[in-house]
Parts: sequence; structure tokens; C-alpha cells
Amino acid sequence: MCAVRGLTKTYPPVRGRRGVPATPEVRATDDVRLDIRRGEIFGLLGPNGAGKTTLVRQLTGLMRPDHGSVEILGHDIVRHPERAARILAYLGQESTALDELTVSLAAETTGRLRGLEAAEARAERDAVLEELGLTSLAGRALRKLSGGQRRLACFAAALVGERPLLVLDEPTSGMDPVARRAVWSAVDRRRAERGTTVLLVTHNVIEAETVLDRVAVLDRGRVIACDTPTGLKEQVAGEVRVDLVWREAAPLHVPEVAALQDRAVESGRRWTLRLAPEEARTVVATVTGGAAFAALDDFTLTTPSLEDVYLALGGAAQQGLVKA
Amino acid sequence: MSVVPVEVLPGSTLAVEGTVREAAELGPRARLWPALVAVYRAQLSRARVARIPLLFVATFQSVGIMILMRGVVDGGAEAQAVVAGSSVLVVAFVALNLLAQYFGQLRASGGLDHYATLPVPPAAVVLGAAGAYASFTVPGTVVTAVFGCVLFGLPLTHLWVLLAVIPLAGAALAGLGAALGLLAPRPELATLLGQLGMSAALLLGVLPAERMPEVVRLARDLLPSTYGVEALARTFGPDPDWALVLGDLAVCGGVGVVSLAVATWAYRRAAVR
Repeated sequence: MCAVRGLTKTYPPVRGRRGVPATPEVRATDDVRLDIRRGEIFGLLGPNGAGKTTLVRQLTGLMRPDHGSVEILGHDIVRHPERAARILAYLGQESTALDELTVSLAAETTGRLRGLEAAEARAERDAVLEELGLTSLAGRALRKLSGGQRRLACFAAALVGERPLLVLDEPTSGMDPVARRAVWSAVDRRRAERGTTVLLVTHNVIEAETVLDRVAVLDRGRVIACDTPTGLKEQVAGEVRVDLVWREAAPLHVPEVAALQDRAVESGRRWTLRLAPEEARTVVATVTGGAAFAALDDFTLTTPSLEDVYLALGGAAQQGLVKA
Repeated sequence: MSVVPVEVLPGSTLAVEGTVREAAELGPRARLWPALVAVYRAQLSRARVARIPLLFVATFQSVGIMILMRGVVDGGAEAQAVVAGSSVLVVAFVALNLLAQYFGQLRASGGLDHYATLPVPPAAVVLGAAGAYASFTVPGTVVTAVFGCVLFGLPLTHLWVLLAVIPLAGAALAGLGAALGLLAPRPELATLLGQLGMSAALLLGVLPAERMPEVVRLARDLLPSTYGVEALARTFGPDPDWALVLGDLAVCGGVGVVSLAVATWAYRRAAVR
């Protein structure tokens, strides 16, 4: 459905000016290779600056890569970037083009610009607004809506005028659970009825684990892993995460606790440890009994998440995917 | 046994199977006119919601200038220039200044991506937006022109010429505004250029040309709004020379075509980097 080969884009270095430090050359996407299958929800996961947006801009024909090829449904997007608009619908992070329109006019105009006839555009607009529960807001300007509602209205605009591929850049950011569910059921319906494929850019690890069929993890412009969420988690199945929260400070006078200090990531009163299951059991036994217990406020034992996978794969500076 | 060939049965998939490995069919392209109308309609509704206070500002500004000039100018050709200049100034304020700001901000915030990922001809986006901003100036320009005529005792007979002046001067100034907005590397620069363009239209259009030094007069000749002002001013006379009016309007139209073409090119350049 969508094949990406050797996609590379380098931003030239920027000379520093007064008050603006110089930035070196940045390789935003580095030899990216991906295959997205028809009808799947494919995720791009990675921290800020990992190259997700640059990659998406190259896939949607908004940016020309330095090297490499992008083929969507048999069309060469690098050579014919204008064809991308006729194959895919893109929901970017910005809504400035639609902000001052009413929800209804934003959806209708987008449909018209996607080549629908006036009557079709109106009919699809009504159907999509109804489907997403936006009918009561149809007459309101996007600018006057809350962040999540505005996002949902932009999503509605992206759905008017059917396309076989939806490219969604953080579609549910700022949404409440009801709106989120509306988005995913709309996506699922299109997938079941028309085999629509979805490329999703996300920060949200929990959402990624529940909705994605496959995920590519990006780090500094490179794909460092690509598999199903479960498949990725199996790579770090040997580890569990132990979180220890101390009442005031860690009881370093207890030798077992002092020995753990080097391996713990400390954040205030919280220690996070990644351990083998056996070891974790010993640690829990140590801190829940004996001298350390008096200093312990809370503890949790969790199986690995995609966040742990990212860290285990050597993600940038061990800072994690999301700022919790 | 059925005598209907399998190809014509509903749900027959033969044709589809044959093309599975081929490139998929592309979605429809938006044609120029329907897309232009859709953009125009959306932009006009946007302008109605967000720009009405600014239209008031533009109109009051022009009316205020005319009242000020009332004490300086003593009728005749100068009064005609003041009324025509103030009327076209409303067009310059909205079409040049506000449109430059709009496109500058749209480009900087990534809002152009929305249009760039729709199969719409670049000309439709630029012309639709320029047309909407130009139409939006109509009430303010008409109010200013009528008020000026009454104030300076000029005839209202030929004010119908505004029907040609507004779209043609509007095209020239909106094209210029869109091009400035789309070419400026930063949105603040787009705003600055739009403001400067409007100030130029104010100083060079409203003040009577006879009192200006040669250099300023040359600058005045280079500004497209001047020709709209001249065309309108000529029609206030007792026996307007329609050939010259047409000539001035033709210059506006020509500049309009060129500047809108430049704006369309600038849009294409800004949309795909």
C-alpha cells in the first residue's frame, strides 16, 4: 500500500545571528524504510524532534526528500507530489486555515476542495458531523471551541471526501474520552467498510498500545524498531519495572537499598528500576519487610510498556517518549 | 443455466482483480471554478466574522482624513483627488494590508498545509482569498465615496464607476498583498510590508499630486492604487474623459493579472518546500 525506501532529508546548518545560536546540519530522516499494509493502523512513535513530522511531510508530498522513494498505492509521490492530495487525507497539527470558519463550513469547504460536487459535499458533511456527534456545534466557529472539540472538527474535515489513506498527526490530542472514542470508532468503521489505511503519528503510548496494528519507533531520524506493539514488548519481556516511592528520603542506611541506588532513576521521592523478574521479587521482599519498610510510602510492579521498549532500544538520551 | 456473462453480474470482481497490482485510481481533482467559489465563500464568511471591526476602522479612517482635508483643500481637482484617494484607501487597507497579514500568518503557522494537501489548483486559493477580501471592501468604499461627494459637493452621477474600480483596484492590491504575504520570510515582515503599502497608498493617493516633488510623483506612478484613484477622480469632473478612465482601469487590471500570477507562484513555492 505504502512503501518507503531509503528516505533521507537533511536540513542545512543555520548560521547563528545575534541572539540566535547557530544550529548544525540536522539529518531529520535518515535512510527510512517502511512498508505499510492496506487496512492497517500504522503508528509512528518517537519523542519530539525524532523526525516524525518530517517523515509525514515527505509522505504527503509537502516536502521533497533528498534521496529515497515513496510509493503509495502504486504512485511515485517523490516524482508526483501533487498526486498525494488525491490519495490521502492529512490531518496536521495546525488548524489556522479553518479556525475562523464554522464547523459546518470547514467540513463542507474541505469536501469541495477535495473535488466533491456541492450536493455531495453537503451530504457527506452532514453524515460526518452526525457520526462524530458534532451536529450541535455545526454553527459555531472553530476558534470559539475548546481544543479537543476543535481537533474533532478538523478530524471531521479530514473525513469529508473519502480517501483510502488517512494520515493523522496526533489526532486525539486534547480530546476527552468521548471524543477519542468517536475518532477511533469512525476510523474502525472506515477500515471495516472500505479497507481504509491509517498512518498515525502519536506521542500517546497508551493509545498507541491499544489502537495500533504495527508501530515504527523513530529516534533521531532512524527507524530503530518496527513490529506489532506486543512484538516490541516481547523484546524487553525479560524486564519488569519497579517503582518505589519513599516517605521522605531513601533509607540508605539499609545496605540492600544502598546497593540499588546506582541502578535507580531518581525523580524526587520516586525510584524507578528496571529489573529481571527474579531480582524484582527480591527487591520487593526487601523493601516490604525489615528496616526499609518504615521509609516506604508506595511501590508498584509493572510489565513493560512501549515506553520501556523505547528506552531499552536506546532511545535518545534515555529521556523517554513522553513527558509524564 | 444463466446466459448472463459473468462480467455484467452485480458484484463481479473480475475487473478489479485485474488491476490490483496497477496504480490505484486517484481521487477526483477539484476544478478551478468550484474550488475558487468554495474558497471565496469560506473566506468571505471568515471576513464577516472576524474583520467587520477592521472594516469600520478603515472607513472611519478615510472619512476622518476627508474631514481633515476639508480645511486644506478648496474644491476643484484637489477635492476630487482627496475623495477618490480616500475611497481607494479602504480597498488598500483591506485588500493589501489585511491580506498580506493573513497569508503571512497562514504560511508561518503551517496553515498552508491544509490547502496543499487538498487537490485544489493554487490559483483557486489565491484568487478566492483575494476576491473575498476585495468584495469585503465594497460597503466601506461606497460609504466613503458617497460621504466624500456630499462633503465636498461633488456630483454622485458617475459613482457607478466604483463597480469597475473596486474589482480592478482590488485585484491589483489584493494580488500585491497576497504576494507580499507569501514571499515574506517572516510573518512580522509580511505585516510590516502590508502596513507600508497601505501607508504609501494613503500618502501618495490622498494628497493632491500637484503639490509633490518629482521623486514622490514617480513613486506615485509606480503604485497600482494610483490608477484606481485617478480613474475615480476623473469621473467627478463635469465632462469626464472616458478614454483616460478606461486607460487607468486597464493599468489596474494589468497589474492585477501580473500580481495575482506572482502570488499564485509564491503560493506554490510556499506550499511545497
